Amino acid sequence: MSWFKRDKPAEEKLPKLGNGERRVRTEGLWQKCGGCRQIIWKKDLESNWNVCPKCGAHSSIDALTRLKLLLDRGYRQFDTGLRSSDPLGFVDKKPYKDRLRDMEQSTGLPDAIVTAEGCIEGRTVQICSMEPKFIGGSMGCVVGEKIARAIERAIERRQPLVIVSASGGARMQEGAVSLMQMAKISAALMRLDEVRLPYISVLTDPTTGGVTASYAMLGDLNIAEPGALIGFAGPRVIEQTIRQKLPEGFQRSEFLLAHGMLDAVVPRLELKAYLARALEFLGG
Amino acid sequence: MEPEVNPDAPAEGAAAAPAPEAHPAWCRVQLARHPKRPHAVDYIQALFTDFDEIHGDRVFGDDAAIIAGMARFEGRPVMVVAEEKGRDTKQRLHRNFGMPKPEGYRKALRAMQLASKFGRPVITFLDTQGAYPGIDAEERGQGEAIARNLREMARLAVPVICVVIGEGGSGGALGVGVGNTVLMLENAIYSVISPESCSTIIYRDRAKAEQAAAALRLTAEDLLALGLIDTIVPEPPGGAQEDPAAAAENLRQHLRACLDQLSAFGPDHLVEHRYVKFRKMGNFFA
Repeated sequence: MSWFKRDKPAEEKLPKLGNGERRVRTEGLWQKCGGCRQIIWKKDLESNWNVCPKCGAHSSIDALTRLKLLLDRGYRQFDTGLRSSDPLGFVDKKPYKDRLRDMEQSTGLPDAIVTAEGCIEGRTVQICSMEPKFIGGSMGCVVGEKIARAIERAIERRQPLVIVSASGGARMQEGAVSLMQMAKISAALMRLDEVRLPYISVLTDPTTGGVTASYAMLGDLNIAEPGALIGFAGPRVIEQTIRQKLPEGFQRSEFLLAHGMLDAVVPRLELKAYLARALEFLGG
Repeated sequence: MEPEVNPDAPAEGAAAAPAPEAHPAWCRVQLARHPKRPHAVDYIQALFTDFDEIHGDRVFGDDAAIIAGMARFEGRPVMVVAEEKGRDTKQRLHRNFGMPKPEGYRKALRAMQLASKFGRPVITFLDTQGAYPGIDAEERGQGEAIARNLREMARLAVPVICVVIGEGGSGGALGVGVGNTVLMLENAIYSVISPESCSTIIYRDRAKAEQAAAALRLTAEDLLALGLIDTIVPEPPGGAQEDPAAAAENLRQHLRACLDQLSAFGPDHLVEHRYVKFRKMGNFFA
């Protein structure tokens, strides 16, 4: 047991585990905030939903913690048995099938999303919460299908929809299959739109690529957590293309707000109350 | 997903002939990017009459990477929306190498909604390495523009036929690719990420793009087997660049058949047909 959690660069030196994945040690009692670089008692950070009590920087939370944050006690998950069958037979450094299995072990989830029905301050909603640690929160056929089914449930039960995105985009390991999930989900959102049920998209760090270019930007309201990276192309790709440094704060929530791409930037601790008010206004 | 940025794509006039021992998928990538491969302007010229281009997104500007226009296909009025890379250096710069910006997608949507309003079928041509990854494109909502197209194309009450003629570069191609029928030329490719970017992510090395091309299953046969496209349009021996007129004639036959089939559907049926088609995609569960 160590007193301090190692800061990022040291992570590179960690020995590889047997399965070839690097892992960050998380047993430290203290953690350095990524925003203000101050040392924070880890339990204080966790009890504050990973929002730094000193500077307010938001670090990511997992999909289930997100549901706990937003929903009243007691909710019901759906489609927990869906798993990708690896349509391409993709192999990179290790077979995609093995990667899925390892990810399921480390995150406890079968893919990068949890879908559920629950209440936000008494109002029943269909909610989808993405898991940023599952292959970068990437969208493959399971994410696509679970969201499409959630939208269909919302239509059938006449309930509003909330999707919390945290994703690097479409999942490379499923090739064009993951690309088409963008069209599939967007088409389902067209149906939700036709029957005039509210959809609120919550963008969290990071929301990029094919997720930004489909459901994350299609909310009746698009709201984001402070400081989240949001964009279509990743910053590294843009730098390589235009061969110049990107301006400070580029592709952060506040930048998107200033450019008219978001309805609001809402701190995590106010998110539930905001959603409740917005859903009441929209009549969901 | 990273968008398809591909600064190393063969420049105009560069030798694009793959080594004979190259993987078949990599040969297809080279053919899809062949400097002499017919582009959208060539197909527009060969397949349509009375073409009148319409410009601008009514918000910001006119993006030359996407061409939209009113035309006739064998006498039938249709709306054409096409991604165009440009041929020589001057054109390529003018067309931004076929990488559309948000105003391009918004122009495309405006044209398609116009067609829907007046009951004209839509024919789109997909050929881009990807949507433009730049500061200005991000500022104006590249993601939002593509996302809106995906949702609104699903709502069009007219036949929508999409043809992948060269490079189907990820979301940048799909942004004009939600159709009742999606055709793909024999040597075209369609992928979530370019082989170069994919190999950079896996091997930290662009040079292994050939392996990545094989792993991504991006050829027309692959897409058909995965149920993501409807029909493969054959090309003349050696590829469309060897006989552009024959390539266009093959495409004409397929477009005619698709239009005949879809014209029998009513507006609601067309929307339903398109929805069901995409809703079924990716049914790969263990």
